[in-house]
Amino acid sequence: MRIACPHCGPRGLDEFLYTQDASVTRPKDGGAAPTPEWTDYVYLRENARGPRREYWYHSAGCHAWLVLTRDVSTHEILSVELP
Amino acid sequence: MTGYRLPTGGLIDRDRLITFSFDGKYFTGYGGDTLASALLANGVKLVGRSFKYHRPRGIFSAGSEEPSALVELGVGAYREPNTRATMVEIFEGLTANSQNRFPSLRYDLLSINSVLSPFLAAGFYYKTFMWPAKFWEKLYEPLIRRAAGLGRNAGLQDPDSYEKTTEFCDVLVVGAGADGVKAAREAASQNISVILCDENPLAAPADLPATVTFLARTTVFAVYDGGTYAAITQLPNANPRQRLVRIVAGSSVLATGALERPLVFANNDLPGVMLAGAVSDYITRYAVSPGRNILLAINNDDAAALIPLLAANGIGIAGIVDTRRKSSDHVYHLAREAGVAVFAGAAILAAEGKLGVTGAKIHLHNGTTLRLACDIIASSGGFNPNIALTSQFDAKPVWNEGIAAFTAGTLPPGAAIIGKAAGQGINANIASHWHSGFNPGKSFVDLQNDVTVKDIQLANQEGFSSVEHVKRYTTLGMATDQGKTANVNALAILAEAQGKTIPETGTTRFRPPYSPVSLGALAGAHKGKTFKPTRLAPTHEFSTEQGATFIETGMWLRAQYYPRPGEDWLAAAQREVTTVRNAVGICDVTTLGKIDIQGPDAAKFLECVYTNSWTNLAIGRVRYGLMLREDGFVMDDGTTARLGETHFVMTTTTANAGKVMQHLEFCAQVLWPELDVSLISVTDQWAQIAVAGPQSRATIAKLVDAPFDVSNEAFPYMGCASLTICNGTPARLFRISFSGELAYELAVPARYGNALAAKLMEAGAEFGITPYGTEALGIMRIEKGHAAGPELNGQTTAHDLGLHKLLSKKKDFIGRALAARPVLTDPARQTLVGLHPEDGTSILRAGSHLLPIGAAATAENDQGHITSAARSPSLGPIALALLTNGPARIGEKIRVYDPVRQGDCIAVIVHPVHYDPEGARLHA
Amino acid sequence: MCITLIASQEFFAPMRYSAFSVITQALRGHTGWKPAWRKAEPAPHYDVVIIGGGGGGLATAYYLARHHNVGRIAVLEKGWLGNGSIGRNTTIIRSNYGLPGNIPFYELSMKLWEGLEQDINYNAMVSQRGIFNIYHNDAQRDSYARRGNAMRLHGMEAELLDRAQLRKEFAYLDYENARFPIQGALVQRRAGTARHDAVAWGYARAADKLGVDIIENCEVTGIDIENGIVKGVQTTRGAITAGKVGIAVAGASSLVGAMAGLRLPIESHALQAFVSEGLKPLLDNVITFGAGHFYISQSDKGGLVFGGDIDGYNSYAARGNLPTVEDVCEGGIALMPMIGRARLLRSWGGIMDMTMDGSPIIDKTPVGNLFFNGGWCYGGFKATPASGFCFAHLLAREEPHPVAAAYRLDRFAEGKLIDEKGAGAQPNLH
Repeated sequence: MRIACPHCGPRGLDEFLYTQDASVTRPKDGGAAPTPEWTDYVYLRENARGPRREYWYHSAGCHAWLVLTRDVSTHEILSVELP
Repeated sequence: MTGYRLPTGGLIDRDRLITFSFDGKYFTGYGGDTLASALLANGVKLVGRSFKYHRPRGIFSAGSEEPSALVELGVGAYREPNTRATMVEIFEGLTANSQNRFPSLRYDLLSINSVLSPFLAAGFYYKTFMWPAKFWEKLYEPLIRRAAGLGRNAGLQDPDSYEKTTEFCDVLVVGAGADGVKAAREAASQNISVILCDENPLAAPADLPATVTFLARTTVFAVYDGGTYAAITQLPNANPRQRLVRIVAGSSVLATGALERPLVFANNDLPGVMLAGAVSDYITRYAVSPGRNILLAINNDDAAALIPLLAANGIGIAGIVDTRRKSSDHVYHLAREAGVAVFAGAAILAAEGKLGVTGAKIHLHNGTTLRLACDIIASSGGFNPNIALTSQFDAKPVWNEGIAAFTAGTLPPGAAIIGKAAGQGINANIASHWHSGFNPGKSFVDLQNDVTVKDIQLANQEGFSSVEHVKRYTTLGMATDQGKTANVNALAILAEAQGKTIPETGTTRFRPPYSPVSLGALAGAHKGKTFKPTRLAPTHEFSTEQGATFIETGMWLRAQYYPRPGEDWLAAAQREVTTVRNAVGICDVTTLGKIDIQGPDAAKFLECVYTNSWTNLAIGRVRYGLMLREDGFVMDDGTTARLGETHFVMTTTTANAGKVMQHLEFCAQVLWPELDVSLISVTDQWAQIAVAGPQSRATIAKLVDAPFDVSNEAFPYMGCASLTICNGTPARLFRISFSGELAYELAVPARYGNALAAKLMEAGAEFGITPYGTEALGIMRIEKGHAAGPELNGQTTAHDLGLHKLLSKKKDFIGRALAARPVLTDPARQTLVGLHPEDGTSILRAGSHLLPIGAAATAENDQGHITSAARSPSLGPIALALLTNGPARIGEKIRVYDPVRQGDCIAVIVHPVHYDPEGARLHA
Repeated sequence: MCITLIASQEFFAPMRYSAFSVITQALRGHTGWKPAWRKAEPAPHYDVVIIGGGGGGLATAYYLARHHNVGRIAVLEKGWLGNGSIGRNTTIIRSNYGLPGNIPFYELSMKLWEGLEQDINYNAMVSQRGIFNIYHNDAQRDSYARRGNAMRLHGMEAELLDRAQLRKEFAYLDYENARFPIQGALVQRRAGTARHDAVAWGYARAADKLGVDIIENCEVTGIDIENGIVKGVQTTRGAITAGKVGIAVAGASSLVGAMAGLRLPIESHALQAFVSEGLKPLLDNVITFGAGHFYISQSDKGGLVFGGDIDGYNSYAARGNLPTVEDVCEGGIALMPMIGRARLLRSWGGIMDMTMDGSPIIDKTPVGNLFFNGGWCYGGFKATPASGFCFAHLLAREEPHPVAAAYRLDRFAEGKLIDEKGAGAQPNLH
C-alpha cells in the first residue's frame, strides 16, 4: 500500500501505522462513569467488509494523524484526509 | 560437433571458455551458458534424484519453471541447495553437486522407494504411523524427515551480503521478450520513465531509449498494493550477490509470456524427456542440442516450430507423435520438408530407458503399439499464459477453451497484460490431451514432488475433490516450481476423474514469490549488528572512555555499569549506588522521552492526557504525572516541567517514548483539535544527565553561571529552570530525583553531552564522583519503590501501583471512565508491595510467583509475582511485587516460588519504598 | 434414539486406518479407499448447526457427537473444508501461556493433541519437538520466568535455559554478532507442531463417522431469530432450522456475528506465513525470536515454516504486503544467519480475528441458543482441540467448560481482560 500523505505526498506503507477505527467517537460526557457508551467506544467494532474509515499515523514522516477511507476487502485507499 | 555443442550459433561467448565442476568432475562451457546448457553440451543428462521415489532426473526446461534439475551450488558456507541449473550462469570455478541421493547419483539407495511406491501412495502417512503414539517422534518421523527434504543447507552463517533498493517509475514492464520491449519503447516515447525487467541472463534488448532502465537478471516475483512490485536481481558471482528491488510503478505491463506444459505419459520423468520449447531454447540460445535423435510429442501447432530448427541444425528427428487425430497441415508441411514421419492420433505411452531416454512406446491411432528409438522426447501439451503475478492478487483466472489454458482474471490495479501472457499469439489449434491413460509405469504430473496421475485419482476417490484438497493431500504444486508445469495438467486429470469440465472443477492460482527468493536478500543488510539501528547516548564516548559495559535498551545502547579492575557487574553497580547515596554520581538519562509541549492550551492539554491536575502547576515547577490508556490501565508515567506559561517539557519512560508521542499527537490532532498546542519530540536534541547524591548541589553549583542560585531555598525540590552553564552554554535544570537522593537533571544541547559529563566529573572529583549505569539506576529505583517497565506492563491499574490518588475526580482525562470500573479497583487485585528475604540473604528474582506459606504450589494458590528485584548494597536483597490484597498484608510472610531457577525462599512483605520512606533526602 | 442413529451412521463410515489397511490397499491398487467424509446434503433441520467447517467447527462437531447427546449435528462450510485459518497457519502447538485465564485452556488443548491421533484414527503428525522462546535481556528473562513459573503452578513442565545451556542445543544461532545478544530461552518440550490440514481432515472424518453432516459449499447468508431466540440459518443451499446454532468462523466472526446483530470486540487483520524450499533436516524444534517477531520450525517435508507479525491494518483480503515480508525475514536472518541462502518458496495470507485483549471468546451471545467461538487472534491452531472440546461443552450444557470460563464476551465491559501482552484495546498490537 502507498498512502498519499497530505503533507508529504505518496509514501510507502512502512512509514505509517494503523491504530484504530475512525468510525467510533469518544463520548463527550467527561468520563465520570464507565457507561456502555464508553465500553462500546473502546471495545466494540463493526469490522465489516468494504470501505472503512480508520486512523493512521505518519510515524516515520510528519507525525500527522490521517483519516483513511480504505476498502478492507481490496486494500484500495479511497481517500486520505486530515482529522 | 564437439559433444552436443553445435558448431555455430547461439548467444554464447565462444571466446570465453569456463571451467566448472559437477559432482566432482570438471567440465567446460562458454560465457553465457547456464549450468544446464553447459551440462547438456557435455552430454550430462542425469543431474538429480526425485523428491519421494529418488528416481533419476534430468533437465526438463530452460527456465525458471524447472522442476527437476535442482543442484547444490557452491561448497562450505556458500552451499546453496535446490538451485535450478537452468537459471545459474556458469562462472570460472563454479562447483555444483547433485542432491537428494546416497551414496551417488547413479546408485541411489533410496530409489528402493520406487519399488515400495504402492505403499507410499498419496497421503499414506495420514493413515498409519499412529501406534504406539510415542514412536512418532522417536522412530517414524525422523525416518520421514531424513528421507524428505531436497538439498542440504550449509548450516553455517551465510557469508555473502545482500542489498535493497527502491526504484520508482511511471511504467514497469515485466518481461523483455519482443512484446515487452515493444511496450517499453512505446511507453518511453511518451517521455515517461520506464523500468524493464527480465530474469533471463541472455535477455539484452538493444538500443533502448534513455528513459528506459533495463534491469537484467531481474525477476519480478510479487505484486503488492499500491503499484508496489518486488523484484530480485542476481549479481552473478559478486558480493552483494543479490539485490531486492522494490519497484513503485504508476502502472505496469505484464509481458511474461507463456510457459509450455508437458504431455503426461509413463516414465515421463526420465532424463531426456524435455519440454519442446526448452529443446528449441538450448539450440537457439546456447547452441546446444540436448540429443542427437529427438522424438517430438505434441498436441498443438506452436511446438512444431522445433521441426525446422532441428532439421536446419542437422539434428536427427526420430518422429513426430501428434495426439490430434488428423494432426494439422502445418505439421505435415514442416515434417515433409524435414523428411520425418508424423504419427497422428497417436500418443506416447511410455518413455523407455534406465538413467535416460533410449526410446518410446507409442500407441498408434489404429490401436497398435510402436517402439521408436530416441535419446530425447521433446513434449508439448500446450501453453499456459504466465499469469502468476495476476493471480497472486486475488484474481481468479479464466479458462480459455480455445487455447486450452487459463488467462488472467481481474488484473491488479494499474496493470495490463499483453502478448502470450494475455493468451494472444498462442495457436488455438490444440487438442486437449492430458495424459496417456492407464500405464504400468508412473505418469508424473508434478515431477518435483513426485505426484502421479494415480495420486490425483486416489485423492479424488477419497473425497479430496476440491483442487485445494488435492494439492494439499498429494502435495501437488507445493514444490519449488509451484507446479508451473504441473497444475493445469493436474486440474484436467481431476476434471476427468469427476466427469466435469476444467472450469467447473476449479482453477489454479499462484502465491508469491513467482520463483524462490533467498531469505538473505529479503533481509538485506538487516542482520547481525545492523539488524536494527543503534541509538547512542550523547555521552557514549565519555562512557566508553570510562570503561563502561553497555546494554541494549530498545534501540539505545546505554551504559550498564562502569567496572573498575576486579569488579564484576554487581560489585560495580553496588559501588556506584553507594557512591551516589554517600557522595555523588552522574548518569545519562537522555534516553527517557522528552516532549516539548507549547501553546496557549498546553496546560489544558496536559489535563486531558494526565490523570492528575496541571493548570495549577506554577512556572518553574515540575510535577509527576500518570497517564492511562483509554481502557483505564496505566500507560506511562514521568515528570513534566513548566518552563513558561505556555511551555512544558514532558518526560516519558525510555520504552514508551515513541508510543507516548504518538498518543499525544492523537489527542492533539484527533480528540482535542480545538486545543492550541504544538508537540515535538526533543529526546535527541537534549543530552540530559542526572546528578544525584548529597554532593550533587555542590557539584552542580560549580557549573551554573551566576547569578543562578542552586540553594535549597532558591531552587527547591521539584524546581526547574532554563539557565546557562559553563560560561554561556544554554541548559535546563530540573531538581527531580529517581534515585531518592538530593538530585538534579541537567540538560544541554545534545552535542555537549560528552563535554558536560566530563565537566561534571571534574566538578565532582573532590567528592569522589562516579558515573553510574542502568544497573545502579535500577537498584536505586527499586530501593525507592518507583514503578518502571516491569510494573508498567500494560496489565496494571493506578490502584495496583498505589497511584489511585492521582486520578482526578474533577476533570475528563484519557482513561477516566473505564478506570472507574469496579474490577480495576478491586482490593483483591494484585497490588504493589515490597519484599525482603526472611533470612536477609536469599536472592529474590523477578518473575518468581508468590504463594501462601504452607500452601501447595498450585494455580489456585498463586497470589502474585515479583516484578523487580535488586541487591541493594545497604539493604541486601529486595524486591517489588504485585500481590493479592498487598497493602493490607505488610508484615506477613510469603513463599517465593521460582522453580525454573530453583530460587524458592520465604520473604517478608514490606512497604514498596524500602529506602528513605519519608523522602527526607530529596528535600535536603 | 440418538445412539441408534449413530450406530446406523457407522455403516457409511470409512474403514479404519492402520498400517494393515495401507498394506492391503496397496496390494489391491488402492481401489478400496472410501471418501474420508461423506459429501452430505443439508437436511431441513438439525438439533445443532455449527457455522464454519474449519478446525474449530469440525472439532466442535466431533466432540459434540462423541461426548454429548445432542441429536443431529451439521457443520456448514461456505467453501471447501478447512480453507480458512486451519489450512493457513504455521502449525505450532504449545501451551506456554502466562495468565491464569489462558493456561488451563491451552494445557487441555495440549493434552488433547497428545492423544488426538489415536482418538480420531488419523495421523495429524503431532510432533512434540519442543518450543524455545529466546530472550535477549534481563527483563525478558524475568517475564519468561514469570510465565514458566505460572506453567509450573499449573502442573506443567517449563524450563528456563541460560545462554550456555541454549548454546549446547542450538550452536547455529547468532550469539557472537547479534544486535540483541541471545541470553537464553524458555522451553516447553511438550510443544511442537502438527500437520494443519490433516487436523481438519481427521476431525471431519471422525465427526462424519459419528453421524455429523459436513456440508461444504454451503454459505450462511442469514441467521433467523424470533423473539430473541435463534431458529435457524439461511444458506446458499436453502434454509435450515436448528435448535442451537454455534458460530466458529475465524476470519469472518464479525461478518457472521452481524447477521445476528452482534457487534464484537474484534478487528480482522491479515497475517502472512511463509515456507522455504525443502531442505534436509536442519531445525528440530520450534524457535521464537525475542528481539523481533519471528518464529520458525521445519516441516516433515523439509520446508522451513515461519512467520512474524500481522500486517497491522484491517483486512479481509487474504494477502499481505512487502514490509512485513522483509521484517519477518530480517528477524529470521538476525536469529539464525545460516538460513540466508535458504529460499522463500511460498507466502500466503490469512485473516485473523484479533480481539481487544488478544484472547479468544467462547460464550453464549445475547441471542438465545446462539453461541459464539472466535477471536483466536493468530493463536487458533494450537487451540483447535480445546476450542472444539469447550465449545461442544458450552453448546450441549449451556454453561462454560471450567477451563474456558474466562473467555466471556462481557469481560471487555467488565475489565476482566486476559491481556498476555499488556497491549490494551488495540487489536493489532496483540
